Amino acid sequence: MTEFLQQLINGISLGAIFALIALGYTMVYGVLRFINFAHSDVFMVGAYVGYYIGQHVPEHTIWGGTLALVGSMAVCAILGIVMERLAYRPLRGAPTLNVLITAIGMSLLLQNLGQYFFGATPRPYPELFPVTNYQFGGLVISSSQLAVIGVTLGLLIVLRFIVLKTKIGTAMRAVSLNPKAASLVGININVVIAFTFGLGSALAAAGGVLYALNYPSIDPLMGTLPGLKAFVAAVLGGIGNIPGAALGGLLLGIVETFVNGSQWSTYKDAIAFAVLIIILLFRPAGLLGRFTVEKV
Amino acid sequence: MLPCPLPVRLAAIICAGLVAISPASAQDTIKVGEYGAFTGKDAAFGVSARKGVILAFEEANAGGGVLGKKVELLTEDNQSKQGESATIAKKFVSRDKVVAVLGGNPSNHSLEAAPVYQNAKIPMIAISSTNPRVTEMGDYIFRVCFIDPFQGAVLAKFARGTLHAQRAAIITSVNNAYSVGISKVFRERFTAAGGEIVADQKHSEGDKDFRAQLTAIKTANPDVIFHSSNYTEGALICRQARALGFTGPIFGGDAWEAPELITIGGAAVEGTYYSTHSSPESSAPEVQGFVKKFRARWEGEIPDSIAALGYDAALLLFDSLRRAGTTDSAKLRDAIAATKNFPGVTGSITIDAQRNATKSAVILTVKDGKFKFVESVAP
Repeated sequence: MTEFLQQLINGISLGAIFALIALGYTMVYGVLRFINFAHSDVFMVGAYVGYYIGQHVPEHTIWGGTLALVGSMAVCAILGIVMERLAYRPLRGAPTLNVLITAIGMSLLLQNLGQYFFGATPRPYPELFPVTNYQFGGLVISSSQLAVIGVTLGLLIVLRFIVLKTKIGTAMRAVSLNPKAASLVGININVVIAFTFGLGSALAAAGGVLYALNYPSIDPLMGTLPGLKAFVAAVLGGIGNIPGAALGGLLLGIVETFVNGSQWSTYKDAIAFAVLIIILLFRPAGLLGRFTVEKV
Repeated sequence: MLPCPLPVRLAAIICAGLVAISPASAQDTIKVGEYGAFTGKDAAFGVSARKGVILAFEEANAGGGVLGKKVELLTEDNQSKQGESATIAKKFVSRDKVVAVLGGNPSNHSLEAAPVYQNAKIPMIAISSTNPRVTEMGDYIFRVCFIDPFQGAVLAKFARGTLHAQRAAIITSVNNAYSVGISKVFRERFTAAGGEIVADQKHSEGDKDFRAQLTAIKTANPDVIFHSSNYTEGALICRQARALGFTGPIFGGDAWEAPELITIGGAAVEGTYYSTHSSPESSAPEVQGFVKKFRARWEGEIPDSIAALGYDAALLLFDSLRRAGTTDSAKLRDAIAATKNFPGVTGSITIDAQRNATKSAVILTVKDGKFKFVESVAP
């Protein structure tokens, strides 16, 4: 029983990171109907920005850690906006496939720039926040695991608030429904899309810093695997749906952890993806996604 | 000098090109290839080995070269990626026409490259690839390190004898030939010595979250944890195991040997052990001479055993070239195979019938953020 609960804790903290990255995927998809494959590399850049800020603030302090986290989110928000302006905006209206290939190109560009500027050797990550391990009976949870779950929950609520209650959120939903009609009623589509990219990239950066705090070794290719998992999580929850992304991330993290702790750990990815296929067989639009017929 | 007419210059350039691609015997240097992981996740191995190899080449050239010619080192980086080592091998064989090849640190890189060299009949000396299958790829493939069955046996003996462990847990990286091989031998030997394997967990290369496996291991309540894969995973496993409250000894094989084990692992790797090829603390004159030369060349850095193996691999090759008296690949192969009691930094090297080096192993530990010698185990 203790083992089961401990694995559940492990699974939730892993899933929370997948969820955080998945939120960015799903938000950009929701507004633009396109998958930003460079998202997982913004995640990597976020971890590195946190690393460099971490060199200038004292370790093991709340304010130092918060500064690194917020600073990294700000830098990546700008990166996301610049990326959209330079790479994606010129292609607006082009066939989806072209934009998709550009996104893959952007992803490779960021990875290779990362290898050039940061070096390809893995680096140890500083302990930005104070680290303690909390014990409840036989259960152990570290403060960085708690931070991941807390930050993910917090950002999820903030995101819900922005999308549902604010003016820019309403504009985002309008653009998502029908970009042409939205611009007809006076919404500046460029601002809305830039904002979406900035917000999504900030979430990726938060994910990157929290991931690196939990698994303190970073390298320029670190985004690929969690990015892929998060993308799966977004699809699992229903892509374009914000609570769905969080749910998908948690589910994937828990399934993976339980398989990993069992005798079948060799097949952990196979089993995780089998779950995805089974869920999509019964719910083709994902767990919380609404099934809509694409008009051709 | 008078400017030559253009056709003459062109002809000269073409001739120069032809000379450059003519067979190795027509050159005035002996070309030797070295490949390894100089960047990426396994970079610590490649970078260390290369420093040892470069030192050996510089010494050889300062001493007049080999067979009256300078030795030229060509290095290629496989970026720790699967598939790159074979691509590099094809380049060394077809374009650079190297006489011999040094390298391959993690066994999976060597296993990729070895068939290419075997087909081209170019001798390859693996530096720290300890998986037995590496030299089974053919009669042109050698190594200067011990093999996993020996290392697995040494670790099992160490766990039972020195650590008095009764219950052991194993963590294996399933897509790493080295890790799978060494775990298998450890499992057999530890059980044969009266111990019990209470948990047998697996992970994939590049994984970072091991909490699931470690939680399952902790439930099985082992005395020790043996992790058979590389230092990046090893350091993270130590951190997460300590965070989950496991207090017993954790140990690994020679793939744990890298400064990153300590920089990534921090306080969590204190008191962990690993087996390796040699220790810079040894008082043997070969070792002390090497450490001195190495520190003079590389800004005071203390060589690890992979650097020593790289140095030994290069010296063994030069020695074989001298004994063969030629760069002819078949004769060079025979000379390497005939190596007996070669006085290397990592111990006396004798190449056996399976083209492996028979020699002893040492156990090191991490104490106060530094690697310290524990004991030496003879074959």
